[in-house]
Amino acid sequence: MTEKFILRLEDIHKNFGDREVLHGISFTVKKGETIVFIGPSGTGKSTLLRCINQLTTPDRGRVFLDDEEITGCGQRISQYRQRIGMVFQNFNLFDHLTAIENVEIAPIKVRGMDRKAARAKAMEELRRVGMADWADHYPAELSGGQAQRVSIARCLAMDPEVILFDEPTSALDPELTREVLEVMKELARSGMTMLVVTHEMGFARSVATEVIFMEGGSIIEQGPPAEVMNNPKHPRTREFIGKIDHH
Amino acid sequence: MTMDAVAILIEWGPYLLGGIALTLGLVLSALAIGFILGLPLALGQVYGPPVLRSLISVYVWFFRGLPVLVLLFLFYFGLFPALGLDFPAFVIGAVVLGLRGAAYQSQIFRGGIQSVSSGQMTAALSLGMTPLIAIQCIILPQALRISLPGWSNEYPEILTDSAVCYAIGVAELLTRASQIVSQTYVTMPVYLACAFLFIALNYAGMYVIRRTEEHFAIPGFGANTVQP
Repeated sequence: MTEKFILRLEDIHKNFGDREVLHGISFTVKKGETIVFIGPSGTGKSTLLRCINQLTTPDRGRVFLDDEEITGCGQRISQYRQRIGMVFQNFNLFDHLTAIENVEIAPIKVRGMDRKAARAKAMEELRRVGMADWADHYPAELSGGQAQRVSIARCLAMDPEVILFDEPTSALDPELTREVLEVMKELARSGMTMLVVTHEMGFARSVATEVIFMEGGSIIEQGPPAEVMNNPKHPRTREFIGKIDHH
Repeated sequence: MTMDAVAILIEWGPYLLGGIALTLGLVLSALAIGFILGLPLALGQVYGPPVLRSLISVYVWFFRGLPVLVLLFLFYFGLFPALGLDFPAFVIGAVVLGLRGAAYQSQIFRGGIQSVSSGQMTAALSLGMTPLIAIQCIILPQALRISLPGWSNEYPEILTDSAVCYAIGVAELLTRASQIVSQTYVTMPVYLACAFLFIALNYAGMYVIRRTEEHFAIPGFGANTVQP
């Protein structure tokens, strides 16, 4: 192998009933890359992310993390998931825990880190996303943007090799969107490997190392943002970019 | 009330009050048995394989479908002797109330577990938690909080039901009150005293439960707030 890929997907297929959601998706990710997935709603982008950490089991195809196959690995999947963070559209913070408890619980319960070290680590991650002052607040007491930043800190506390962002700002108004995107940009700059499903074209343009345009469960076009977004080859990509860029 | 009745209540008071220990003993054991069995039953019904789910449904259907007194007689005269178990009536009473309570409690907890949003489990798994850790650390702490208001019905329910153990001769409040009546021929004052003690126990227990609810309350979470 000439090049090392942190993540490799081979021919991922997924059906829900007789509806085909993913139709043979393959791509590779190198360390430190930020891949942004764009495309109309309902084209399988979120399902694709969930197929990576096996929250959804693909019907066919293989996923490799650092050249280890994680598809069909049974119970060991929880070990791989520790290395793949995920950020959700609805944040999914644990409602019964404060911000800092949300961040420290996985290091304590999954990694067996001692409570003191976990708390220090959690505080550090909250500081990184600008939420240290809110450590003792419950999710219901946070704004959407704050909650999403805490959920990013919760990911970071597990020192993931890759983070999957599933429409992280779709539930937020423009101002809150900005504060979350700032944190994500900072992460990308620090060398984190990120896969992002989003409709934020500005983010894709400025942060993505590669943009993947998906439609109907297939990759239609992929390449550097300057190419895919400014000079799309495929007519469908052109149409989509034209529509979405005008608002 | 005549002086007679007062004298009798004073004379027999300590004996009647002694019934509190047995009544509370029945109630607390039944609540404990109901909790210890009810929670796994709920988990089995939500997360278990179909066969287990059906078995649990049958259990719930059976114990909720029969009058307490019928259950009590089935166990006291039937099951326990058939198994060659010579247990005191108190134990049999506590077991019957407990098994029945487990059926009710399992449905309270099942509702609680199912009302935790599915995203909580998804997020827990995505962090590398095994399903078991996720249930233990994420789902149950929320489900139990959601269940608490419904669960608080179990206490007065079992407290009042516990009086059926009169029928198998457990010396709880009602049994003792009846004994006093048959000894003294003073009826209403004795039964009123008995009723008063049940009400007092009810009040005390509900007070403890309310304090427990307050203790575990979390801002923006639980029965009295709309979940986001």
